[in-house]
Amino acid sequence: MKFLVCISNVPDTTTKITFTPDNKEFNKAGVQFVINPWDEYALTRAIELKEAQGSGTVTVLNVGEADTEPNIRKALAIGADDAIRVNAAPKDAWFVAQQIAHYAKEGGYDVILMGKESIDYNGFQVHGMVGELLGIPTVAPAMKLDMSGNTATLEREIEGGKEIVEVAAPFVASCQQPMCEPRIPNMRGIMTARTKPLKVVEAVGEGAATAVAEYQLPPKKQGVKLIDAANAGELIKLLRNEAKVI
Amino acid sequence: MSVLVVVECDKGEVKKSSLEVASYGAQVAQMLGTTATAVAVGEATEANLAALGEQGITKVLFDAEPRLKDFVNGAYTKLIAAAADKEQAKVIVLANSNVGASVGSRLAVRLKASLATNVVELPKTDGGQFTVKRGAFSGKAFADVTLSGDRKIIAVKKNSIEAQHNGGQTAQVEPFTAQLSDADFADAPKQVIMQDQAGGILLPEADKVVSGGRGMKGPENWHLIEDLAKALGAATACSKPVSDVDWRPHHEHVGQTGITVSPNLYIACGISGAIQHLAGVNSSKVIVVINKDPEAPFFKAADYGIVGDVFEVLPKLTQAVKELG
Repeated sequence: MKFLVCISNVPDTTTKITFTPDNKEFNKAGVQFVINPWDEYALTRAIELKEAQGSGTVTVLNVGEADTEPNIRKALAIGADDAIRVNAAPKDAWFVAQQIAHYAKEGGYDVILMGKESIDYNGFQVHGMVGELLGIPTVAPAMKLDMSGNTATLEREIEGGKEIVEVAAPFVASCQQPMCEPRIPNMRGIMTARTKPLKVVEAVGEGAATAVAEYQLPPKKQGVKLIDAANAGELIKLLRNEAKVI
Repeated sequence: MSVLVVVECDKGEVKKSSLEVASYGAQVAQMLGTTATAVAVGEATEANLAALGEQGITKVLFDAEPRLKDFVNGAYTKLIAAAADKEQAKVIVLANSNVGASVGSRLAVRLKASLATNVVELPKTDGGQFTVKRGAFSGKAFADVTLSGDRKIIAVKKNSIEAQHNGGQTAQVEPFTAQLSDADFADAPKQVIMQDQAGGILLPEADKVVSGGRGMKGPENWHLIEDLAKALGAATACSKPVSDVDWRPHHEHVGQTGITVSPNLYIACGISGAIQHLAGVNSSKVIVVINKDPEAPFFKAADYGIVGDVFEVLPKLTQAVKELG
């Protein structure tokens, strides 16, 4: 079975977010980039399923410029077999989805996995767009994924519960915990990753459908009002009479 | 031309987030000089759908097909696309829920529409541009995004818009069908398992949340969190380390890689306030932090704070809420 895992390159979760002076772009200066944490579930689960099947391949795909290659190599070190980098800045979800759908079709992949959303743009859109472009089912967000032959059994999270869903490949799933325990690269993986194939291809399709006009930071808090622990009940009065939230 | 609102129903009731979405859609319709029609999915009653008039909806399309009671991505997408075409909808509004985002992303491609998710404000339409504000960087920032093209889809973040209630108005409920085939039900659930919710309040829909961290010392102490939550009518939540060690289920994990919440009141008990946790809660209207460490970084993001032992403070707060009556 051929797995395609889509990964995005995002600022590390501890990053303090700042923008360029015109507030039009994220300020990358001094920022450490990582594989999107949600995508790690997709990657590890694809590798586990390939191992369980005893055959097949896991290909990672990233839409990004050359500076994303260290994280693509990291995905190869974790256990993917080969990689595709679509050489373009990921303008928006529609742009990225077109790239994934095009190269997924070209490569004839059976299962297309990705994280629930990226922690930078938080679109939660690419999975559905790819499924629609390819005319195949999408299951989002998936908390569990098992394969038996050509059929997948997934747990789809809905508000307040989950649905057990069965779909036949090909399909798209966007992944989240507790699907698996994401793996970290070992020394052997890091050594072999250097020689695994990483193909660079050009972007296809239309441009973006949306554009960021301006970024803003949330308004600063006024400062904390402290209440004495011995008199904790006072807090409840303040929440009712001052903040008016209870 | 109209605005189409997607309304999610559960056990006959319209979800709170969908009442917000209905209000949002009605206000967009007013801005554009048109009316708002809703299309309902899930298990609905005609009376509750008619009551969407209170949120400014004039007409509700409803397909009573029993297989649509549970979420099916393929069938929901086809139904809503058919409703959008029937109404010649230029703007489609849905909740930024798992259902809304799943369906919205497929609809964007099918209807050749531009899509913004996680939207927190009404759109601005000055200068021929259609711009919405959305949450980005997992709650650490906002982005004003312009949507191109003739058709737009907006997924509204929960608790960002207040649901309007104009008493006495009713919407006209119209039967509607999209000629669904078996192929549209390819992802229909074999089984639906609902969680046992403390007090029946769903975390993503809650307007008050009581949340615990490692400072709670163990799952056996969670009754202190639950007691306060119950007294307040709040949902319970937890930090990542707590769900990582299985003290609490992962669906209660609030933060950058869990769920993002924006309730009116968020009470954090024994949570230090790592940047990843703050990202998930910092759009809450009022944040209360209880921690014995006065240096806990969470106090910098809080509106009210108590420096003290959660095991002593929480029972006092629960008692004080009960005394309010």
